[in-house]
Amino acid sequence: MFTHHKTQFLEGARAVSLTIANIQPAVVSAYPITPQTHIVEDLAKFKAQGRATYEYLRAESEFAAASIVVGASAAGSRVYSATSSQGLILMLEVLYNASGLRLPVVMTVANRAVGGPINIWNDHSDAMAMRDAGWMMFFAENHQEAVDLHVIAYKLAEEFNIPAAVNIDGFILTHSFENVVIPDKTSIKKYLPTYKPALGTYLNPQKPVTLGAFFTPEHFWLEKKRIDEDLKHVLTIFPKNYQTWKKILPTPAPIKVSCDDGLTEYCGPKNPDTLLIAMGSVVGTIKEALKTDKNTGILKIRSYRPFPVNSLQKAVGNCKRVAVIEKAMSSGAYGPLYSDVSAALPGFKGVSSNHIVGLGGRDINIKTIKNIIKSAQRAQIKFW
Amino acid sequence: MTNYKKQKLSPGHNACAGCGQLSAVQSVMRALSDDTILISATGCLEVTTTAYPQSAWQLPWIHSLFENAAPIASGIKAALNKKKKKTKVVIQAGDGATYDIGLGLISGMWERGEEILYICYDTEAYSNTGVQASGSTPWGANTVTTPAGEKSFGSSQVKKDMLKIALAHGLNYVAQSTSAFPDDITNKVKKALATPGPSYLQILSPCMPGWQIKTDQAGQGGRLAVQTGLYPLLQYIHGELSTSSIKKDFKALPVNDYLSIQGRFQHLSKDEIKQIQALADKNIKHFAL
Repeated sequence: MFTHHKTQFLEGARAVSLTIANIQPAVVSAYPITPQTHIVEDLAKFKAQGRATYEYLRAESEFAAASIVVGASAAGSRVYSATSSQGLILMLEVLYNASGLRLPVVMTVANRAVGGPINIWNDHSDAMAMRDAGWMMFFAENHQEAVDLHVIAYKLAEEFNIPAAVNIDGFILTHSFENVVIPDKTSIKKYLPTYKPALGTYLNPQKPVTLGAFFTPEHFWLEKKRIDEDLKHVLTIFPKNYQTWKKILPTPAPIKVSCDDGLTEYCGPKNPDTLLIAMGSVVGTIKEALKTDKNTGILKIRSYRPFPVNSLQKAVGNCKRVAVIEKAMSSGAYGPLYSDVSAALPGFKGVSSNHIVGLGGRDINIKTIKNIIKSAQRAQIKFW
Repeated sequence: MTNYKKQKLSPGHNACAGCGQLSAVQSVMRALSDDTILISATGCLEVTTTAYPQSAWQLPWIHSLFENAAPIASGIKAALNKKKKKTKVVIQAGDGATYDIGLGLISGMWERGEEILYICYDTEAYSNTGVQASGSTPWGANTVTTPAGEKSFGSSQVKKDMLKIALAHGLNYVAQSTSAFPDDITNKVKKALATPGPSYLQILSPCMPGWQIKTDQAGQGGRLAVQTGLYPLLQYIHGELSTSSIKKDFKALPVNDYLSIQGRFQHLSKDEIKQIQALADKNIKHFAL
């Protein structure tokens, strides 16, 4: 309806909203917050124009929006919401609940700093607040990845009954224009069949179920363990799922990729001296900075939860230095990604460093990246 | 013999013996068809009926959080609308979830105008967490967070008027009952479900530990609340007070009859009881009981 797989020059928010419209959720609910707004405005417009048939519910807060999609998902429907920053924090209690109820809710997070002080620009501190909520969390580098990851998020969420958040950098991706291919309904359906949960797994008077029961200690930990195991199982099937999707919607990579298992992507020399690790749109800047660097590689973490420990260990190999570049800080400790990377590399003998960049939208340019590479000689945590 | 299989709430829940709320729930269940989805807020009802892996519910039932029963119901209703299903959607929540933590979310649901019945089982305190005061706690009540003492007569705040808040949202059906009037509850639930749009039913539910009453006193408490005029049986249809319902079971008994059976009011002085009598008198005048 919307496209026939031609390349279009689109705003990131429009690329996401067109993709969501073609994924055809039954219920959409959201509360406006910059920089997520363009996505949910588009979805309201598509509905008003008769180009989409989902129920679109106005919510009076993000807490309500998240609860509405949880309710609709519990009633057996495909659902969608989107938020940012303070909105995500307000949703947080519901987000834990969605994973505990094993509901395949899918949400876009247009990443933005969390106040105070108040700031509307991009970083990853919002996403990190939901790190332990039991959701899959994917990070997109560019518009095309944002599109692809939404389709994959629905596929995995509905297969494993685990909610999924697709993180796209606020403004940098949501409000910028890039060439992008939007998959049409037919190709999405080939990969992501119509959502039909089995009777007895959702709220339906034909076969009553009790959802959200009271769990005593003897049952609670087992349920939490099960969620962890299922999330980790996603690591084993993500690569194949990613490949299958990219066969349906092949798109050229802007810069040569050395290795891509879906969970992570590596660009750079075979045995780099320094391995940079990052997530989201900053990876584009890093790739640009590395064009003339023969000794440094960049490992992009596409799936932050579940965390791709094996892919990471493989990419690190025998490199001398690991530098984690991230847009969030766990104040009083390290960047969250750095903590995860460090925990995944217990035997690492080289120098590791943590670089906190881009907080509250602070610009990161090629020079910043080159300076980070220089300072990666020392084990340190540094704000840029 | 009772056919338990036909009961929507099975026996075997672990609420307190004589619980006013559970008896009110049974009266509600009698009015529901099998084509109903239930939403519960966090509270006694959820805790006492769904200890995993067991459940007392024979209808599809969900509990998400304390404050979000309303938007959960909105989401369910939206999913049903998309599937063109006419299944009834009924929320059951306590007064803490309704008067306090969930109020904004209830307002949002009522704005959306979905056909959802919201039932508040009003125990006038946070019974499930050990009887702390809520926005529904009446003036003068002794609770663990409004304790009576040398310098305190208990709760200094008056009970919030939830019915007026519901009416201000333009609800077509708003009603009040107590757990001591099973048929009144059943009829009101039926009427609410037959009225288009959102509806609100509030049921005073005597709580053994909260009110400090004996296990055989829930019925008496619920009856005296009505008979003294403190908690009249009310019904508003399209915003108009339905006169046929209001005089029902009113006996103009002194409020002390109601207060004196409850531990939570034992500390009150004669003057303080007079002030509560004034609240009842105001109701008697206002509703022409």
